[in-house]
Amino acid sequence: MNGVHDLGGMHGFGPINPEPNEPVFHHEWERRVFGVMMAAFGGGHYNVDQFRHAIERMGATEYLSESYYEHWLASMETLLVENGAIGKDELAARQAKLAGKAG
Amino acid sequence: MTTQSHTAPPSDPELRIKALESLLVEKKLIDPEAVDAIIETYETKIGPRNGAKIVARAWVDPEYKKRLLADGTKAIAELGFSGAQGEDMVVVENTDEVHNVVVCTLCSCYPWPTLGLPPVWYKAAPYRARVVMDPRGVLLEFGTRISDDVEVRVWDSNAELRYLVLPQRPAGTEGCTEEQLADLVSRDAMIGTAAVAPPAGAKP
Repeated sequence: MNGVHDLGGMHGFGPINPEPNEPVFHHEWERRVFGVMMAAFGGGHYNVDQFRHAIERMGATEYLSESYYEHWLASMETLLVENGAIGKDELAARQAKLAGKAG
Repeated sequence: MTTQSHTAPPSDPELRIKALESLLVEKKLIDPEAVDAIIETYETKIGPRNGAKIVARAWVDPEYKKRLLADGTKAIAELGFSGAQGEDMVVVENTDEVHNVVVCTLCSCYPWPTLGLPPVWYKAAPYRARVVMDPRGVLLEFGTRISDDVEVRVWDSNAELRYLVLPQRPAGTEGCTEEQLADLVSRDAMIGTAAVAPPAGAKP
């Protein structure tokens, strides 16, 4: 599928800025996204191709402005709702509840 | 995130993964202990040290090197570094004539069992967009200057097939043990954005 993810040769992105001695994860939420993604994958809730395709279905703005593990998060949300493992309303309600609690 | 106080609302992805994880755990679709174990494995056991052992073995054992270049997947399995995202491996050798560098323009395909999880720059747009059209310029940003008479080959990974660069063994390492050699091999040398530096004190 052609799309914004097909970045090879695209202009305008600026320098690469490699980070010396980069940690495996930069934030606790990235660790959880990685672990949950792999566990759900191991449980057969989606396969690698579906996972990548769901990332490629992201909007161009989100795709370019969000980080790798945000892509993963979006893909998991899309697939787990689509395959019925989690209800869309249920997920929204849980997010709202957690946001309220923390405030 | 060290400036964030405990009472501040969680950032968006922080909240979203909490929501997702808690629902999956409640529905018994994932086991929280399995999640912790997976994270720990990738933080402590699977990383570029594995790939460095492959490279060092290839440097000291010409027969192993032959097998590695002929069938990377099989030769890497000999040292036990197989698994997810390393199912089909191709090893490309740097020589005096050719310098290899690896990218995944479409996503972030990377050989996890030998290199661990990819660094941010490998997954981000600038490297993926630019290394295929200006590899020498990109390599310079890593401090790696490739002489004009050396051909640069850029390998675009995909979902099924991953690459590992076999860097050149630096001069001055004749007396090194296999383990000492492995210590010299960096992650970036196996992606192809760096060369392997000679050991401190070695005469080039």
